Parts: sequence; C-alpha cells; structure tokens
Amino acid sequence: MINTAIKKFNSVAELEAKRQEILKDRNSQKTVIAICCGTGCQAYGAKKVADAFEEELSKAGLGDKVEVRTTGCHGFCERGPLVVIRPQNIFYQRLKISDIPEIIEKTIKNNEVIERLLYVDPMTKDKKVHEHDVPFYKKQMRLVFGNNGNIDPTSIDDYLAVGGYKSLAKAISGLKPEEIVEEVIKSGLRGRGGGGFPTGWKWKSCRDAHDPVKYVICNCDEGDPGAFMDRSLMEGNPHSVIEGMIIGAYAIGSHEAYIYIRDEYPMAVKHALLAIKQAEDYGLLGENILGSGFDLKIHINRGGGAFVCGESTALMASLEGKVGEPRAKYVHTSEKGLHDKPTTLNNVETWANIPLIIEKGADWFNKIGTEGSKGTKIFSLVGKVNNTGLIEVPMGITLREIVYDIGGGIPKGKKFKAIQTGGPSGGCLPESMLDLPVDFDELTKAGSMMGSGAMIVMDEDNCMVEIARYFLSFLEGESCGKCVPCREGVKRMRQILERITKGEGEEGDIELLEQLSQAIQDASLCALGGSAPNPVLSTIKYFRDEYEAHIRQKTCPAKECKALITYNIIDANCPGCGLCYKACPTGAIISQGKKMPVILDQSKCTKCGACFDACKLHAVEIR
Amino acid sequence: MINLTIDGKKYQAEEGQTILEVANRHGIFIPTLCVDEAVSAYGACRLCMVEIERKGRKKLVASCLYEVEEGLAVSTQNERIANIRKTVIELLLARCPQSEGVQAMAKKLGVTCSRFESEKPENLCTLCALCTRVCSEVVGKSAISLVSRGTSREVALPYYEDKTDCIACGSCAYICPTGAIKMEDGNGMRTITWPNCQVSFNLSAVPSAAPNGFPKNRSSIS
Repeated sequence: MINTAIKKFNSVAELEAKRQEILKDRNSQKTVIAICCGTGCQAYGAKKVADAFEEELSKAGLGDKVEVRTTGCHGFCERGPLVVIRPQNIFYQRLKISDIPEIIEKTIKNNEVIERLLYVDPMTKDKKVHEHDVPFYKKQMRLVFGNNGNIDPTSIDDYLAVGGYKSLAKAISGLKPEEIVEEVIKSGLRGRGGGGFPTGWKWKSCRDAHDPVKYVICNCDEGDPGAFMDRSLMEGNPHSVIEGMIIGAYAIGSHEAYIYIRDEYPMAVKHALLAIKQAEDYGLLGENILGSGFDLKIHINRGGGAFVCGESTALMASLEGKVGEPRAKYVHTSEKGLHDKPTTLNNVETWANIPLIIEKGADWFNKIGTEGSKGTKIFSLVGKVNNTGLIEVPMGITLREIVYDIGGGIPKGKKFKAIQTGGPSGGCLPESMLDLPVDFDELTKAGSMMGSGAMIVMDEDNCMVEIARYFLSFLEGESCGKCVPCREGVKRMRQILERITKGEGEEGDIELLEQLSQAIQDASLCALGGSAPNPVLSTIKYFRDEYEAHIRQKTCPAKECKALITYNIIDANCPGCGLCYKACPTGAIISQGKKMPVILDQSKCTKCGACFDACKLHAVEIR
Repeated sequence: MINLTIDGKKYQAEEGQTILEVANRHGIFIPTLCVDEAVSAYGACRLCMVEIERKGRKKLVASCLYEVEEGLAVSTQNERIANIRKTVIELLLARCPQSEGVQAMAKKLGVTCSRFESEKPENLCTLCALCTRVCSEVVGKSAISLVSRGTSREVALPYYEDKTDCIACGSCAYICPTGAIKMEDGNGMRTITWPNCQVSFNLSAVPSAAPNGFPKNRSSIS
C-alpha cells in the first residue's frame, strides 16, 4: 500500500487551510460519543466500553453516522467510565458494557435520555442530564483541561479542529520573541510545578543569557502521592503542551527541548512521542517550522521514578545521564542549567497555559484569578471527599468551594477535619481555614503551599499525628541522601512521630520536632528537605491538642493509632449473631452461643477492625 | 577585586572565590566536614551555612558553594546558624558516635552529646563523599561511588565487588576525615576496606630506574 504523503505545511496559510478542510469534513451536528479513556476510567474498563460501542454501532448500521471518540481524562474519576454524547452533551456515568445496546437504541436512535445512567446530585437528589449541569463541573473553569474531553489525544487533526497550533502560528508569524516574553510577563503566569516563580521572568533571564545554545525542558516527573494532573494533561492533550514548548523555545531562542516523563506513565510517554511525530510530519516541529526559519527538536526522556528528580537541578542531572541528585542553585538554571547552558524548565501545566495566553492575550488571562496568582489551576482532589478527580478552578476560589461545592462534601456524613494542599510536603489546613482563597501566597502564609496541586481531604477518622508520620516516612524514603539535614533529620523526625503514635511520646517531643524542622528548612540543599517539615509544623500549629493527647494521655482522639486503641464488645448491643466471629482473622472473638454476647480476647486481637466493620448493630466500640 | 563584609568587617576577595575561601583566608571560623581543597565543593554537610544579604533580602546559603559578589554582606553567626550547626552535628554524632572527626567538630561547636540515639555505633562514615570525589576528580577513576538513596545510601564498589577500576592508590583512605576507609600494606599485599567492601592487591616491585630516569629494560621495549 502506498502511504498517502502527509502534507508538510510551509506557511501559516497552509496550516489554516488544513484546519478549514478538517472543520468542513466535520459535521458539527454529527453525534459523537466521547468516552473518557484516561488512566482512571481505563481501570474501570473504559477501553472495553469503547470497543463495545464500536461493535454495537456497526451492528446497528450506524458506524458511519456516529463517531466513537476515545478521549483523555474528563476529570470526574470517581464516576468512571464516563461518556458524553455530543452535541446534546448528555452525561452518562459508571457505564457497563451491558448498558450500551440500550444507549444506542434509546439515546442515539431516539434521542431519549436513560435516567438510570444519569448522575444524581447527592445533596438535592436531582438527576443531571448535561455534563455542564453536574455540580462537579459547574464551578470549574476548564480552560487548560477542558479540551481533554473533546479530542482524541492521538489525533493531531482533533487538536487542529479545536483551534490547536493557532497560537504557534500567531507567535511565529506575527510576534517578535521579545514580544512573546513580554506578553507572558504581563500575563502574570506563575509556574504550576510548585514554586510559583513568575514564568515570564524566568524566560526573560534565559533569553538574556549570553550563550548561543539554550535548552527548554518540560517537567513531567510527577511523584506526589495523590497527584495526577500532569499525567492527565500529557495523556489527554499532549499537543497543547508541545505547542506551549515550541512557542517558549521560539521566544527564548532555543532549538532543542526535552520532555522528562516518569517511566511509570507509559500512556503519557506514548502519546507524547506520537504527538511529536505528528507535529514533525505537519511541519510544526523540526526544521523551518511553518516556513519561518525557526528550528526545534523535542526529545523525550523517561525518568527512573525517583521523587527528587522532579526538582529542577536533579532532573537536569538525570537528563545528563548522572545520578539524579540536586545541587545548589545559586546561579539560576536560566543562566546555567542543562549541560551548564541557559535552560528554561517549566511544568506540564505551565507549558499548556502558554497557547491560551498567546491566543487570548495577557489582559484576558490576568483578569482571572487573584492579585498575586493569575489564571486557573488544576488540582487533584482525593481522599475523604465524595467527588474525587481532577478539577480546574480559577485562582482565588476558596477551599470550602472546592471541598463542598465541587467535591460534594465528606462521605458517610462524617465531619471534615483537614485538607492537605501541595502534596506530601504541603501543610494540613483545618476547618477554620476553609474560607482561605487558593492562591500561591495565601497558602504559603497559612503554612501550606500550592505545590503541584494535590489536595487530600481528611475526615474525623484521620489522626493528624499519623498523617504527619505517613508523609514524613514517604519523604524519608525519597530523600536523595546527599545532605545531612534532609537525610538524617527527616529520619529522626519520622522516628519521633512514630514514637508518639505508639504512645511512647515524651514531654519535649513537640519542641524537638519544631527545632528540627527549623534546622531542616534552613539548611537543606533542595526543596524536598526544605519543605519536608511542612506536614509536621502545620499539624502542630492547627492540631497541637492531638499531639498532646498522644503524649500526655496516651490516647488517639481520632482512634486511628493502633497502639493506643482497643476494640471492645458492648454486651447490651450484641445478640451473638456471629458476623464478627466470621470476620475475625485471628480467632480473637469467642462465641458463647446464640443470644449471648461474644467475648473479645484482647491478647489475640490485632486491632484490624474487621469486627467493627462487620457489626451492623454498633456492638463493637473503639476505645 | 570584590568588596564584601563578613560579620560587619570589610574584606576584599577575588572573583570566583567562595565565601568559605575568603573566610578561611582571613581566619574566620566556619565549620565544615565535607570540604577539601583537592576536590570540588559539594555542599552536603551543611555545617558551613551562613546568612547573606543582597538587595535588602536575607537568605541562608552554603558558604562552600556561594561565590562572592560585590557588596555582599555575610553573617557567620546568628541564632538560626547556631541551630543548624548544633542540629547537624548532633545528627552526625548519632550517626557515627565513634568518629574522631565528628567528635572533634562537636567539641569545637560546644556540643557534648546528641539528643538522638545511635543505631549503628560502629558506623564511621558521614557520607561526605570526599572519597568518591577524590577518586573521580583527582585519580580520574570513579572506582567507588555512592549507591542507593536516603538513609540507605553508602559508599561502595560497583555491585559491591567490581574492583576493575580501582588502582589501589589509597587516595580515598587518605582523604577520609572519619577513618571509615582503611588501607593496610603487609606481606606484599595492599588491602583497602570501605564500609561495605574490601579489595586486596598484590604489590609488585617497580623495575629500578636507570640513570636517565627510564626503566632499565626500556630499550628492549622500543
């Protein structure tokens, strides 16, 4: 078979002609079944649902009339597999393969809505037909992330159809590099990877650096527990990231770029590679981009999965083939970065914001958000919250709006306790801080941080000392071990926390933790150590009483720390039904016959909680 | 020349010098445990942290890595710096209580005991990486390196046994400030012992030199 030669565009006009051709071919009234095939939905079997749709449609003779589009992550992972039927925007959730014939029969053929597949608002019990009416989506502002649900990430034509590479065309044909840098400075965009450094200023200092060789890097090494926004963006809309990188490289004067992706993200690697190939085929990447004379090569580099390699200097060491360890950044990487050349490193989400800023302008962009933090931010909302998933919200939205309006509150009617923002090295904020606007500076002032954007919600059953211990033990394992305060200090903090959760805490432990925290923050070589004390300091600040209860009363108020609790049978409630007896894995429950309360042998009890979960009559209590 | 102040006194320095170099030259004490002029600075022990002020903003930096600049103001002593020094030396004392180098530094800093319990009292290595730096930068071999990360980090030969690149020069043992690396010669053998590996080499006699400085059998080679 002869391959139809792919047309390489030599000018902006040719690209625009192609876009018009794609749009002409696409009937906007044609039914599109958009199936979320992000990693979360795939785990629920979304790929099989998509295949079944294809099969059933061709059986029904609708193969040509209806398009099945496997898209990137839609964000509402809690309810996967998700399907949106366009143009009506009908939103179905938790689909099974057996639902598909009915959808084709009723919704596709007769435009009927199938009630049982709709999302039910847990607050009002209303059924929501359209995607935009679902409360999870309603308060969001999905500027960067929205196209994830509209396009097939493996199709560059899909990206062109939604206006992709328009900004590149605009930048390369009409704007001087300096003007682009100025525009990004004016937009107020701050780095989405964690630190929040003004992106435009970073670009400017790299552009001004005296060296003919400059590099551009996209940091897609996402390692925070509970964070998956970079992954979803790279998997679901890789061209938006690449377009941002090309514009950035043009503005800075770089001809070589790298995307550093964790190897644990195989789909992100695959889609990024494919997108680079497609962009090269179309003349949007490579030599003489769109006939402008500007050249750029983008390489993919797969990371080995060390958390610290998300730190910029460690990432660059890893890219150079060395051990991924950070070094002092007293000379900015924008002057001396990769191979000691001026380098601009930005996070996936930062790059994906660039096409928007160039297309719509800095003034449009900086009208969104707060004084110090402009635009939107993608967060992963996980933990004890009803609607988990990825959300994109304007900066300045309050934590309360995120947890209650978008997140739908706390499951099982439990009480909200804390929200950790910024991943493992972020801080835990209590209920009294729920009205805090989400903004780089506000979060830092409160003892937390924006970080990568992971948000973990905790309820009354979470012990805050245990939470601090958990995050410190993660960071202890991920510390590269180069500098003493991080390697030895974080370990010692974890040990102290562990003692406290075991009921072996002593007077003075809190003060020792505080003093260690100060030294580790002040003296660590990189941000991993520098921010590691955050979970401890913030929990001491807002939940000091829990620490004191562990140390002085040897109790765990949240009843989570195993060494400090016992399970007991409330005889009056126990009819001896035996459910707990069956659930107990260690034989600690002794039956005395029917209608007689069971006995719990404390010497055999491992405090696994199986009896507590099994008992429907509240006859097991935790003390 | 660059003008700067250290603890309020004026000094002059050359471009490219670090704060530590300038301080050392003028007899100002800044503690370090991972610095040696034979190898490049690394910034691992963090004992040498000082506070600098630039454009009205203060920050803590590692003096072994920070190059001086015009108008820089450095403080080598304050409460935060004292806390860092005390904490770091206590952490190292707990890591290797029997290391004479660490003990001597602790004494200098007025620290007599550590609040942290020692888990492996026989351990002598502080992971300052002087040995691996001297091997790669001075000897040009990289026969040993730091393996693993975090608290399981240690100095070792590749795969804990591959001694192919080691030339038995002993530079690592010579530079080691804590006595964690030992080198012994005897019975025609040289044995180098790192905390996790050991190698032995046969010592062979070097052919005695002719008056012109070349080995006697040189003519037969050429």
